[in-house]
Order: sequence, then structure tokens, then C-alpha cells
Amino acid sequence: MGAIEIDSLSKSYGNVRALDSVSFTVERGELFGLIGPDGAGKTTLFRLLTTLLNADEGSAKVDGFDIRADYLAIRSRVGYMPGRFSLYPDLTVEENLNFFAALFGVTVDESYDLIAPIYKQIEPFRKRRAGKLSGGMKQKLALSCALIHRPSVLFLDEPTTGVDAVSRSEFWDMLAGLKERGITILVSTPYMDEASRCDRIALCNEGHILGIDTPEGIVRGFDKRLYGISARNMFALLERARRVEGVEECYPFGEKHHLVASEEFDIERFKAEFSDVEDFEIVSVAPTIEDMFIKLMKR
Amino acid sequence: MSDIVISVRDLTKRFGDFTAVDRISFDVHRGEIFGFLGANGAGKTTAMRMLCGLSYPTSGSGSVAGYDVRTEGEKIKRHIGYMSQRFSLYNDLTVGENMRLFAGIYGLGAKQTEERTVELLDRLNFSSERNTLVGSLPLGWKQKLSFAIATIHRPEVVFLDEPTGGVDPVTRRQFWELIYEAAEAGTTIFVTTHYMDEAEYCSRVSIMVDGEVRALDTPARLKQQFSAESMDEVFSTLARGAQRGE
Repeated sequence: MGAIEIDSLSKSYGNVRALDSVSFTVERGELFGLIGPDGAGKTTLFRLLTTLLNADEGSAKVDGFDIRADYLAIRSRVGYMPGRFSLYPDLTVEENLNFFAALFGVTVDESYDLIAPIYKQIEPFRKRRAGKLSGGMKQKLALSCALIHRPSVLFLDEPTTGVDAVSRSEFWDMLAGLKERGITILVSTPYMDEASRCDRIALCNEGHILGIDTPEGIVRGFDKRLYGISARNMFALLERARRVEGVEECYPFGEKHHLVASEEFDIERFKAEFSDVEDFEIVSVAPTIEDMFIKLMKR
Repeated sequence: MSDIVISVRDLTKRFGDFTAVDRISFDVHRGEIFGFLGANGAGKTTAMRMLCGLSYPTSGSGSVAGYDVRTEGEKIKRHIGYMSQRFSLYNDLTVGENMRLFAGIYGLGAKQTEERTVELLDRLNFSSERNTLVGSLPLGWKQKLSFAIATIHRPEVVFLDEPTGGVDPVTRRQFWELIYEAAEAGTTIFVTTHYMDEAEYCSRVSIMVDGEVRALDTPARLKQQFSAESMDEVFSTLARGAQRGE
């Protein structure tokens, strides 16, 4: 039995189909990532699985319990960190933690070993009001509160959005630590580069799942030749490359543009054609999760 | 018209005994895409608020689009464009109404407003959607529209505060192509982002740490200077040395 089993779950708001017949299973102890932009349905899925919303169609089980029939059992065994900071700003760090412990009928001491690696970083500020904490500290407090009752499944909705690259990386290190303790984690993110930190990922967009696999498996599904091209004037290069026969797609990708080649693409001919371009370079590159996402979006 | 659109010298902002921005100095040239990076809490937002005429510096000097950040904040606000992911357009107004609203805020007259509305809608190939509610548009269109509206008064410089946060990879790239296009046409772009691949699209990048500008150069030279493979590595090297939190 998986920790989370989702079967054809759908949810609409008026005319907007936020989640369209989504199915997948998250295994026990897995760190599973939902990767997708705003409007993909990530938050809706979290609300359904944490029993805060009812699905229109389909069913799901969390830790063996049905989200509709057994919602009380689910609420006591999952931890949920919503995308928006939802602790009490007028309570101190310590008071928030004690409050959430009391709600779940536990004490902070009982769970201290579990939250310690995270909570210790903010413990020096335990007398500070939560509203006065920095973004990174709020995030650590929210995670500590979500863990206070030793949940079997942890739901984290975009915990790293708007966070700088270094702090994001540190947050993923914390998640790796929690996974070691056997907690199943479902985490969402709009940052494609975070996919590699997950055991498996689901790429999602506009209420649909585009693909589910390990990060390596997703990338292996990219079945076209991919090149990186660069020149002094990158914008002019982009426009010109797109007009060349055999270029299926060309899009900016950091310091190079990525060029997706079709069957007809001839690299020698391409090189010859661009030999007059200042600082022109073309190299073969390995596809990334983001290349695959772009490919799946355009299908 | 001078070639320098933004110029700051020793710009400083203190809140009590906390120095949020600590003597930053740099110039931004016409048509440049200037990436303004920094860890959370490095002082980016405070610096940007001073440049947009929303906050007065404690000391130091600066000019934006020819106006003094110490004394001409109101003029700066009228002569720059601003767009952020958090606040852009009104969903309950139509495309045309949003344009009229922002044109009015920027002080355009009725005739100019109509001219610019027609011109921008035409360029976006969007004339048929003038009476469509913005809320019903796909995200990609909203992005393009907010960028167009930020330039409705033909500002010399547009400030983009994390314009692509939470946006899908295809739309994110289309948006950067708009930025490229505007820069080619001579509009100066001042942009913040948490996506390190986007730092590569900038003409020059500055990285703030603990209130100071610690690095400022083209992406290529920054990578060379820090012996790094990517801008992500350059950023990490600098940001990990930060003394203060957020």
C-alpha cells in the first residue's frame, strides 16, 4: 500500500477545471515532487489530500485512509505547510510551537528529537513574535509546527517560492534529513532545478500530469538531439536559428540557447551557415527536466 | 540625452542602527539589461525602492532617468515603468480599462492614451481582446500585457521585480524575449530574479550581499572572476559568505 494513492481526482472552481482526473501513487518513505507553474493545480491537490476541500470526482487515500470517509483520521496523521505563512504572528516562536503541540495532544519534548535539526536554528529567537521573523525563519518555524505531532505524511506547498538559491538548497537538505527518518513527503515547487532532489517527480500543468518518473527517467524520455548554441548577440542568434531548416525549436536557456533538432538537422551545414556570426559556438548538450517540461507542454 | 540612465554613488539607507543598503555605487547604461541579484535580506528591495522614488536615501546620491532620488521622487515615479509578479493588473477590468487606468496614473492625456493603447494592442497582436476581462486571460498574455502597460508612457527605464516568479518555462522564455526586444529598442531594463539562468540573459549583473554590491560585471566575466561554471555557482559563492540573515 502506498502512502498516498490518488485515483482520478478532479476539482473545478466554476468553469475552471483546476484538477483534471489526476492519478498517481506515492510510496512510503518517498520524497515526491510536484513540479509545475502557478495554475498547475498543486495547491488544489494539497487541499484535497489534507481534507480541506472535497473532490468533485475520484478518490484518494492517505496513509491508508479515505480522504472523504476518514478525514478526521487523516488530519491527525499528516503535517501540512501551506504556501502562505499561516502561523499566528502575535504569538512568539515558542508559543506557536506549544499551541500546535496542544492541538494535536502532544508535547514539544516528545517530538523534540524530530524537529531539533530545524528548530535549533530558530531557538535563539524563541521569545520573538512570529510576525517579526524573517522569511527563512518563518519557513523553519512553519516546518517545525507541521512536524510537531510526528506525522507519517508531510505536505509542503511551495516551501521555497521566492526564496534565494542558497536558502532553497538548505531547505532541501532539511527535507533529505526528514526522509531519513522515514517520513513520506509530497512537496511542490515551481523551480525545475529542484526536481533532482526528489526520488520521483510529477510534472504538472493546468490541472494535468504531464509525466511521472524519477528525475533521471523523465530526462531519458527526451528523444531528440539537443544542442547548445551561443554567439555575441544572443537575441539575433535566437531569431536566426529558428528560421533554419531542421530546427524544431530554439529557446533561451541560460548562457546558451537550446536547439531541438529534427531528423533533417545537419550540424555541419548549420555550422557553415553560421560561420560569419561573431563568437558562434554549437555543442551537444544533455537535456534537463526543464527541456522535457517545455517539450511536454507543447505537445 | 545622456547614455547613463541610472547612476548611484554611495547610496545608503539606514533604519535605526541597521544599515539596509550600505554605500552602493553603479551606473546603468541606456539599453542595458541590468540584473539586480542578491540573497533574501541583502537589501535589494530597499535599494530598488530608493531608485523608484518610494524611499529617500539616508546618505549618498543617485539619479534615475535624469531625476534626483533625494529630491525628485515624484518625477521619478512618472518617468519609470514598474512591474512585479505580485502586483500587476486588475482582473476585474478589461484589457483596455487596465491600459486607461495606468495611462492616467502616469499622467497621459486622453488623446495620448488612445494612441498608445491602439499602438500597444496592435504590436501585441491583441486588438481583438480590448474588451476582454484580464482575469480570463491565460497567464502568458497577462505577463505580456503587464509589461506593455509598464511601458505605456514610454519610460526610459523599466523596473521588473521578479517578473517571472511561478511562471511556466515556456511563458518565462517568451517574457524574456519581450525584454530582449525592448532593450534592443533602447529601453533600459532593471530586473530582479531568483532564477539563475535568467541572470545569464542580462548584459551585466550586480550581486548584493549584506547591503553592499559585492560583484558587478557581465555574466561571462563574473564566471571567470569566480572560476565558476554557472551564475548559480557565482551567486552561491557570494551568498554563502553573507553575515546577516533576512
